[in-house]
Amino acid sequence: MGELLDALAIALKAALGFQAIFFALLAIGINVQFGYTGLLNFGQIAFAMLGGFGIAVSVTQWGLPFWVGVLIGVLAAVVLALLLGLPTLRLRADYLAIATIATAEGLRLLFRSVSATSVTGGTRGLAAFNGDFYALSPWPTEGRYSILGTSWSGAQLFVAVVGWLLVVLASLLVWALMRSPWGRVVKSVREDEDAVRALGKNVYVYKMQALVLGGVMGALGGMIYAVGTGSAIPDQYQNANTFLAYAALILGGAARVLGPVVGAMLLYFIVQFADTGLRTLISKGAIPEGLLSATDVAQIRFVLVGLGLMLLLVFRPQGIFGDRREVMLDAR
Amino acid sequence: MPADPTPHGGTPSDPTASPGAPRAFRHGDTPQRLAQVALRDVPWEIGVPKPDPAIVVDDVARTFGGLTAVSVDHLEIQRGGITGLIGPNGAGKTTLFNLLTGFDQPNTGSWSFNGRPLGKLAPHEVARLGVVRTFQLTKALSRLTVLQNMLLGAQGQRGEGFFRALIPGIWRGQEKENTEKAMDLLRRFKLDAKKDDFAGTLSGGQRKLLEMARALMSDPQVVMLDEPMAGVNPALTQSLLGHVKDLREQGMTVIFVEHDMDVVRDISDWVVVMAAGRIIAEGPPESISQNQAVVDAYLGAHHDAPLTVEEEDEVLREAEREIAREQNLEEGEVLSSDAPPERTDR
Repeated sequence: MGELLDALAIALKAALGFQAIFFALLAIGINVQFGYTGLLNFGQIAFAMLGGFGIAVSVTQWGLPFWVGVLIGVLAAVVLALLLGLPTLRLRADYLAIATIATAEGLRLLFRSVSATSVTGGTRGLAAFNGDFYALSPWPTEGRYSILGTSWSGAQLFVAVVGWLLVVLASLLVWALMRSPWGRVVKSVREDEDAVRALGKNVYVYKMQALVLGGVMGALGGMIYAVGTGSAIPDQYQNANTFLAYAALILGGAARVLGPVVGAMLLYFIVQFADTGLRTLISKGAIPEGLLSATDVAQIRFVLVGLGLMLLLVFRPQGIFGDRREVMLDAR
Repeated sequence: MPADPTPHGGTPSDPTASPGAPRAFRHGDTPQRLAQVALRDVPWEIGVPKPDPAIVVDDVARTFGGLTAVSVDHLEIQRGGITGLIGPNGAGKTTLFNLLTGFDQPNTGSWSFNGRPLGKLAPHEVARLGVVRTFQLTKALSRLTVLQNMLLGAQGQRGEGFFRALIPGIWRGQEKENTEKAMDLLRRFKLDAKKDDFAGTLSGGQRKLLEMARALMSDPQVVMLDEPMAGVNPALTQSLLGHVKDLREQGMTVIFVEHDMDVVRDISDWVVVMAAGRIIAEGPPESISQNQAVVDAYLGAHHDAPLTVEEEDEVLREAEREIAREQNLEEGEVLSSDAPPERTDR
């Protein structure tokens, strides 16, 4: 029983840690793009990578202050969104999906390539760029703090607090936008572009705004991740993360302000709980070694997430916060 | 009045019999058919100039590969009138609509609205000038409520800018005015009871109503309706017809595509007939049914088409049978009284 409580506490820490914040910010961005506007961005991780490397490169390679790095990361995400949107947003939705997925993979390969090593550090990436950030911490970052039975370092706690602050601000922004006439236009674009055009709205501009906004949120997520891990390595930014963020969004409920946030927390909670729980059960001998060994756990936990998602889509397709009536309308 | 088969909620099944709608057209009213009067002396010719045209089309052509979908030399649409656009399937009516509203660009030609050229304008720019359209396949925004659908139609909304959207004080007042206007329109269209329902839950006919009401939110000068009555039950058709006539009473110019000739005859001031991308006739509704080109376009396509070898053989065999029958008659054997009529064209 004690082990189970431990596993729960560790899972809770994961649900509040910077990885969950990372996915929450990615998913909030995807929610703006996909949930509200109907844009298929399958390369959200590229925006995150630009955010993370925006800080890392600015600080370690160019010797700029941390906060200038943040600005550069955000600007890079805006530029990427414009570059992706300009040619594809006048076309059918599929083209943006193709362009983004190719860009995410292409950028990662470019950043890890030998020729880029002088800027991005190649496969080894960059580290030691978050000193300015931790210097702002109101509590000593070396100390350890116990919260709800879990142990946090001061640095972890500071990243988490700043991260959740960002999540709250981003959610507030989404909430304020989506209750406004702007949000109404954007949701209408999701339903039928031509109808919106016929009513005198410039659909292209709205799609571009949504793409940029979602991309910037992805970049903020990437920054939290880079600061949390203390390093920026291209291979951390695998495109599988984009799809995990989609999973979080669908879990929580698309086109809901809190859907992506709760979805990301739950996703990380389940992954971590399955991980610790299974390892405990294996070490106790409750699961025979022949059936499942400790090395399989890393894979099995995502299988469990997949199973959970499947069950969710069968029994609650609208996600946790969604409106079932609204989702059922899709069966047009 | 037959029972209305569509689920209606609080909507009464006879929409024309409501005393509560002050502006709705009723049969007792004497409508100001100004356009009809103005068009009385206009000759029934293709491309004839109208006294007060709102839309003028010149030499517009649109081809898809080898197919000429639209080729219109000259067309003027009278302001303040209801112009019906009819023609067989594939005549290019919807393509012409798409061209006029910026949803498609022609290969050549120019067209103007109130003397302002509309070529090269994007759909939303055309809409902002006051030319709104509806679609043949109704485009209700399913996962928005009926009221939200309506509010989307309002023009010049301050809260639709990204940054201004963040400050509710800027758009609250305007939003309230728009909501009142939307509710007025919804009451006229008998949709006010459904204002908080998702548009996706409405019946087909109600969606047509909603789309028309939504278009009216923008205070248009020209309303282009692409098959407004298609798939609408007869009870609702009467109501829709009333609304279309209503638009004319309010001074709007209406252009509509329709297949139901009774409807066209009932409400049009002027009818334009298209076939194979060209305008083959125009004139008041009563002139159309006698027009030989129109009859040919609707009925005579096979009559004029060249025969295939098999068809020629069939004609030949029938002629031979006829000759044989006539010979039999001459021999005094009366076989049948319903001998086929003589074929004068062969």
